[in-house]
Amino acid sequence: MRLKLESRGNYSAFWTFASPLLAILLTVITAGVIFALMGHDPGTSLYTFLVAPLTGSSGLSELCVKAAPLVLIGVGLSLGFRANVWNIGAEGQFTLGAIFAGGFALHAGDAGGWWVFPGMLLLGALGGMIWAGIPALLRVWFNASEILTSLMLTYVAQLLLIYLVTGPWKDPEGYGFPQTAMFADAALSPILVAETRVHLGVLAALLVALLGWLILSKSMLGFQLRVVGLAPRAAAFAGFGQRRLIWLSLMLGGGLAGLAGMFEVAGPIGQLTPAISPGYGFTAIIVAFLGRLHPVGVVLAGLVLALSYLGGEAAQIDLGMPNAVTGIFQGVLLFYLLASDVLILYRPRISWAAKRPVARQAMGEGTAR
Amino acid sequence: MNVESVNIILSIITASTPLLLAATGELIAEKSGVLNLGVEGMMLVGAVIGFAASVHSGSALVGVAAAVLAGVAMAMIFSVLSLTFLANQVATGLALTIFGTGLSALMGAGYVGTALQPLPKLDIPGLSGLPFVGPVLFHQDALVYASFLLLAGVAWFLYRSQPGLVLRAVGDSHDAAHAIGYPVALIRYGAAAFGGGMSGLAGAYMSLAYSPSWSENMTAGRGWIALALVVFATWRPLWLLIGAYLFGSIMYFSLYLQGQGVHLPSQLISSLPYIATIVVLVIISRDRTKIRLNAPACLGKPFHAAS
Repeated sequence: MRLKLESRGNYSAFWTFASPLLAILLTVITAGVIFALMGHDPGTSLYTFLVAPLTGSSGLSELCVKAAPLVLIGVGLSLGFRANVWNIGAEGQFTLGAIFAGGFALHAGDAGGWWVFPGMLLLGALGGMIWAGIPALLRVWFNASEILTSLMLTYVAQLLLIYLVTGPWKDPEGYGFPQTAMFADAALSPILVAETRVHLGVLAALLVALLGWLILSKSMLGFQLRVVGLAPRAAAFAGFGQRRLIWLSLMLGGGLAGLAGMFEVAGPIGQLTPAISPGYGFTAIIVAFLGRLHPVGVVLAGLVLALSYLGGEAAQIDLGMPNAVTGIFQGVLLFYLLASDVLILYRPRISWAAKRPVARQAMGEGTAR
Repeated sequence: MNVESVNIILSIITASTPLLLAATGELIAEKSGVLNLGVEGMMLVGAVIGFAASVHSGSALVGVAAAVLAGVAMAMIFSVLSLTFLANQVATGLALTIFGTGLSALMGAGYVGTALQPLPKLDIPGLSGLPFVGPVLFHQDALVYASFLLLAGVAWFLYRSQPGLVLRAVGDSHDAAHAIGYPVALIRYGAAAFGGGMSGLAGAYMSLAYSPSWSENMTAGRGWIALALVVFATWRPLWLLIGAYLFGSIMYFSLYLQGQGVHLPSQLISSLPYIATIVVLVIISRDRTKIRLNAPACLGKPFHAAS
């Protein structure tokens, strides 16, 4: 008995949408098994991980707060991934956005007026774009893989952040903790819903997703991105400038990641610390794939992965599990998604026939040598 | 040659060995057309399993073996997804690193702060006592010797043996290799498994010899640097050795500068290896012809046998 994959000859629309759901289902089952192996009751653990975080009074609002950076980054990445531009350094671009915006907020201090927040928005996006611009430039000019350069820059960004918050920008009244002073009120992201932490960044994420959807479905750029993703050779013949798409993908991804970093430090955190991100830049890669590289899908996928963060925190507090459970959950989800996606292009067939002899054996040993 | 220069060379060897081990494994995988970006994740899982197995068994050998098996197991996850289910190799490799980072942190949580005896140094009778060359060449732990032997073995395998020729054929033209009857997927499974085992070994070196302990994310990007090394070497074994020792030297140098109390922020010095990786990648990659001539032509491409 062996598994055979038969080409469908086209894309299965059904499995494009069903595959993420199948992946989520399989991930939940696997998570239950892992919890059981760790000696926890699977039912209670899954409830703690997946349901309990949403039932509290602040559950849904916290979900939105966690999903906002994932959606912001995910929309940018999904447009780039369509053009086969692998920006995996969004975490670093997020950090640079936070540094640029945070530095501006700190220097404006209490003297700042209405202009502080718009300035942070611009600088946040600029920071991310600069950090993404380096891999873009190196790829376009020197053919260097953006995968490796953008990732290396993530490490550099993290070190730069640590340097700033332990050195020149350290809060002199912070009892020696590696952090800056809290931002002034003018530098904080406005709260949209009273009594919650839902801030302007949540609305911005939704607007960006809407805008991304319009770009993808209505603009020439969106058309080019879709063609490059589906038929790279056709795109090359049509003369869709590869260089331009590399620049656009990285600038868009970097700018949005920088914006996400800005909103994170101006919103829930309110200062710069070495731990401004629980890996949002990497998780957003999963968000982009789970959301089918489509801005609307990214919003839904962002909510699912935001839940994995809340669940991880709940499992840590209520069940005493290490926070790393979140990372495993996310990794397994992407595994199942990638496996399920085979169904989009192929039909699985189980054949009971014996394996056909391969040519080399048929020709006799030695012929091939 | 004084004691200090001997120590410097010893430190450089220690810093270079994990890079060399991981890059040697990835070289074989990439030569067969498999681009596995999960090296960092496989190293981390290898490091934590190797450490845990050593602590519980009290035997370094058991630890090293467990790390290799863990690396192979991780590579099998990658292979099933990318070779059998034909998933995008870049995405699968990333998933492997995300998963490996989480898994190693979860498994290692109980081992943070546990100390272990470093891997024993093996003496070669009669030679270890020689001045200078003795301690440098003949007083190393087994994994350092292994890193050289494995690289030499890989070089011989790739360019002097029949199976190596087949492996390169699969990496350069999977359709042609399939047409003359070679089992493309099976060969790639094997190559990916070797890559995983070597990454596991590199991880074990980190947690058993480099700094005999476990801490979260202890590989600190070495898996990614190993990936860059393969490009740096333009897929040639000798250059892999040169590259690994070049980067090992840069890593040692960045630690050394921090120890000297230079008036530079330590974070800036720590970022040297990452910046150097980018610079080196740029220098090598700008020669597009050289890359095209040496890179396996089917690197990262999925293979689906129609019949």
